[in-house]
Amino acid sequence: MSLLVGLALLAGVFFQAVAALGVVRMPDVYTRLHAVSKAETLGMLLTLVGIGLSTGLSLTTVKVAFVASFLLLATPTATHAITRAALRLGVPPWQRPREAGR
Amino acid sequence: MSTLFLVAAVTLLALALVYVHRIVVGPTVFDRLLGVNAIGTKTTVVLLLTGGVFGRVEMFVDIALGYALLSFIGSLAAARYFERTERRP
Repeated sequence: MSLLVGLALLAGVFFQAVAALGVVRMPDVYTRLHAVSKAETLGMLLTLVGIGLSTGLSLTTVKVAFVASFLLLATPTATHAITRAALRLGVPPWQRPREAGR
Repeated sequence: MSTLFLVAAVTLLALALVYVHRIVVGPTVFDRLLGVNAIGTKTTVVLLLTGGVFGRVEMFVDIALGYALLSFIGSLAAARYFERTERRP
């Protein structure tokens, strides 16, 4: 059981690190939101699976599953709202620069 | 088991510094909003990991649930606000 918890926590931290890397490296707000929306959700979900496995089967596990399902709905909704607001305000998307391309 | 949770929580807090950097230097307001939203999600996870460190997940899970609700409503309201400022200047 401890091995499963460790594996889930490791995978969760890995995917959240991927999300942070995307936030540093991506060129504009839409691609950054793209990185956060998916990688962050998956990392959060795997970490919560690790915590839920460590508590055994009880009411606490059900509550952790409830937090996980709520965040699974909430994080993409919030990032979608931010993206729509950016698009309606007319933030320009990134395009390949002419000289550096070819 | 407790050390495992502690290492994961400290790593996630170190990753939150990346989002703080994005909040500070972000070119548009939506970059800052993205950083705040991601830090809110990360804080929920770190709260549950803190419960795992102390062996009291049943106490921390309610706090995490309340924080998740407030963070979601906050970032949604901020996104709606910045969306609406342009339509009625």
